[in-house]
Amino acid sequence: MPSLDQLRVGQRARIQSLSGIDTLLQRLMEMGLLEGEEIEVLAIAPLGDPVEIRVRDYRLSLRRREAASIAVSLLEQADSEAQP
Amino acid sequence: MTKTNGQSPNGSTRPTLTVALLGNPNTGKTTLFNALAGMRQRVGNYPGVTVETKKGQMSVNGQAFQLIDLPGTYSLAARSPDEMVAVDLVLGQQAGEPRPDVVLTIVDASNLDRNLYLTTQALELGVPVVVALNMIDVAESQGIQIDATELTRRLGVPVVPIQANKRRGLDVLRQTLAATAGAKPPAKQAPFPEAFEREVTGLHKTLGGEMPPFLVRRLLLDVGGYTEQRLTRGNGANLRADVQAARHRLSDAQCGVPGVEARARYGWIRQLTTGCVERPKHRPTTWTDHLDRLLTHKFWGTLVFLALMFLVFESIFAWAQPVMDLIGGGIDWLGDQLTLLLPPGPLTSLLVEGILKGVGAVIVFLPQIVILFGFLAVLEDCGYMARAAFLMDKLMARCGLSGKSFIPMLSSVACAVPGIMATRVIENRRDRLATILVAPLMSCSARLPVYILLIGTFLTVGRPWWVPGLTMFAMYAIGLIVAPLVALALKRTLLRGETPVFVMEMPLYKVPSLRTVLRRMIDSGWAFLRRAGTLILASMILVWGLMYFPRAESTGENFDVHLARLQQELNTVREEAAAADEEKATTYQNQIDAQQTKIDELRGEWKRQSILGRMGRGIEPAVKPLGWDWKIGMAALASFPAREVVVGTLGIIYNRGKTDSKEIRDAPDVAGTELGKALQDAPWDDDPSRKVFTVPTALSIMVFFALCCQCASTLAVIRRETRSWRWPVFTFVYMTVLAYVGALVVYQVGSLL
Repeated sequence: MPSLDQLRVGQRARIQSLSGIDTLLQRLMEMGLLEGEEIEVLAIAPLGDPVEIRVRDYRLSLRRREAASIAVSLLEQADSEAQP
Repeated sequence: MTKTNGQSPNGSTRPTLTVALLGNPNTGKTTLFNALAGMRQRVGNYPGVTVETKKGQMSVNGQAFQLIDLPGTYSLAARSPDEMVAVDLVLGQQAGEPRPDVVLTIVDASNLDRNLYLTTQALELGVPVVVALNMIDVAESQGIQIDATELTRRLGVPVVPIQANKRRGLDVLRQTLAATAGAKPPAKQAPFPEAFEREVTGLHKTLGGEMPPFLVRRLLLDVGGYTEQRLTRGNGANLRADVQAARHRLSDAQCGVPGVEARARYGWIRQLTTGCVERPKHRPTTWTDHLDRLLTHKFWGTLVFLALMFLVFESIFAWAQPVMDLIGGGIDWLGDQLTLLLPPGPLTSLLVEGILKGVGAVIVFLPQIVILFGFLAVLEDCGYMARAAFLMDKLMARCGLSGKSFIPMLSSVACAVPGIMATRVIENRRDRLATILVAPLMSCSARLPVYILLIGTFLTVGRPWWVPGLTMFAMYAIGLIVAPLVALALKRTLLRGETPVFVMEMPLYKVPSLRTVLRRMIDSGWAFLRRAGTLILASMILVWGLMYFPRAESTGENFDVHLARLQQELNTVREEAAAADEEKATTYQNQIDAQQTKIDELRGEWKRQSILGRMGRGIEPAVKPLGWDWKIGMAALASFPAREVVVGTLGIIYNRGKTDSKEIRDAPDVAGTELGKALQDAPWDDDPSRKVFTVPTALSIMVFFALCCQCASTLAVIRRETRSWRWPVFTFVYMTVLAYVGALVVYQVGSLL
């Protein structure tokens, strides 16, 4: 199963599980990153890290290291959210 | 419950009620606070923490309210003393503060789910809650419709739609607050699994039943959190074992921490909003989407970022300079006038050279601070700040910091004082401290006169064209290289700890509010004056005293009286010269020059025999390995309040009168100035055939000033921001050691070549 840090800009995915130390998990979950939530990768910083995603109704950026602890399953592309 | 007594407008005394304002960052919390509290605000501090709370007053139907603006947060799961302030305050456990009668949570309607998370925590604090549903206009523009009446019914606490920036809905909000204050605590709460509630009850009993239930829940939920740290510090191993066992049981019951909390709350939030929040099937593309694509773009985003940073940097550097020169000129003029008016003596000198110069040294920072904070407020308010941190994070992560440290570090290249004040955006305490401690290493504009004087005098004439530029570049490069290295070293030693989780909200873009921007500019300037001003002034007066006393010459006359007499004579000659024929002009000019030389020599003699001069002689053995004689040592000591003072002090010690650092900065040929010539000619006291200033010596002085912390203002601001003397002392010591070693290596290696 891919993790969030492996996604490309524009890809959408559903969170399957989170793993890692408790403080990290608590912080991610407080921000609304829970199993079953849909996310979309919006941008990757010019130096390759961090990544910007959409989750729930807002935008969040997190480092690859943290993104790697979020396992996701890819969703179908090509609907209204696709690149114009 | 303690209540302070307040006078209500109709004269009767009714207790003042307290409202605590709680909310996520970027929800318009400060805007709402300002709108409710008006202009009368003050800042509250608590021992041991670096966050501040703002306090203000409002009055509803003659009832007086005190408003407390708590630091913005996403969750009440406190990990540090700073984050615990909000919890302690609402629970009435903050010494000297009344327990709030109502908690006002502000939520962003366009991002309701995540915002409600904090509100569901607030419902468990045992205090009535009112929810302000802000930015309903933004939500509507995204096609989100919220039924506030239904949400009120489901949450069990009043939900009031408002638009804080347009001041809509505030009357209803005030009335609701007045009606809710002091009422019964909320009845509904996010339902947690039964197993969890059982553990809470058990733990509550173990702790003696005295502790607020909210804290018992936090103790169980926050692994390594602040509640756990605080409680297990005293009660020791037993409690820790109990908590561990409880967490194990929860884990076995499929509701382990920390996941149980987020699942319970977000699950409840989904139930609450289903049916009373309508979202469009397809999210419309907003202008934040378009703008964000551009501003986080690999090429265009970087370009815009560089252009903006250049503008910020240039503004503190260039726009502030004329105002700073004006302030400096005004202070000098005022000083000259006072010297003429008042009789010479210690009081006049204290007033002119100590207090007036000291006040000048304080207010001279205001233009830079106010301009930088104006920019920062605009960048923050429009939502760009998070993007800047996003773009720069990887670079800063290499030295153990995060993207949020970039702007404070960049600002420090102009001046560390506003730079250090700008570190407040960094939430993580260790990151913030590391940034504060290395910010003074960045080459600020006060070092420039020192570089220009020495490069202009010793590294320009008769050298290839690229030498001066390269040397100047090298001086700036020292800071750029050493600062990250020190930051990394600090993060690996003194400030070692778990790498903070970097999750940062990227807020919606919006047009910045002029009111917010002006407010931040005024606040920052005022905070600097009040908190750092007195310390800077004190250091100026100290150095003045060290250079003023003793003031008696061997003849018994006092230096300043003697100087005033000579000055008077000079003025008389000047007046005569102005009235005389042109033929006699040369004669008069010679007379004037001779008199001026006498004055400069006397002033030099006075300062050389002053306490500071003697201290300079005392430290000569220590500075000799750097290639310095005692005069340079003394000038370095005198520059403790501010680096650029070294230029003026050198001028005085070398009998060249008062030399302004601005004069050197603006001189087209530095080597040709009076001070420049004096430095080139200066011989060692014990061997007059040898010159003091050689290229290695000049370089060693520059490297010393590049790395040292001869800046009372910086130290005062570090003291203010860290609320402890430990860190300014640490900064001064480590930078002075670095500077000494750096200068030593440069001189010793330079002398070998």
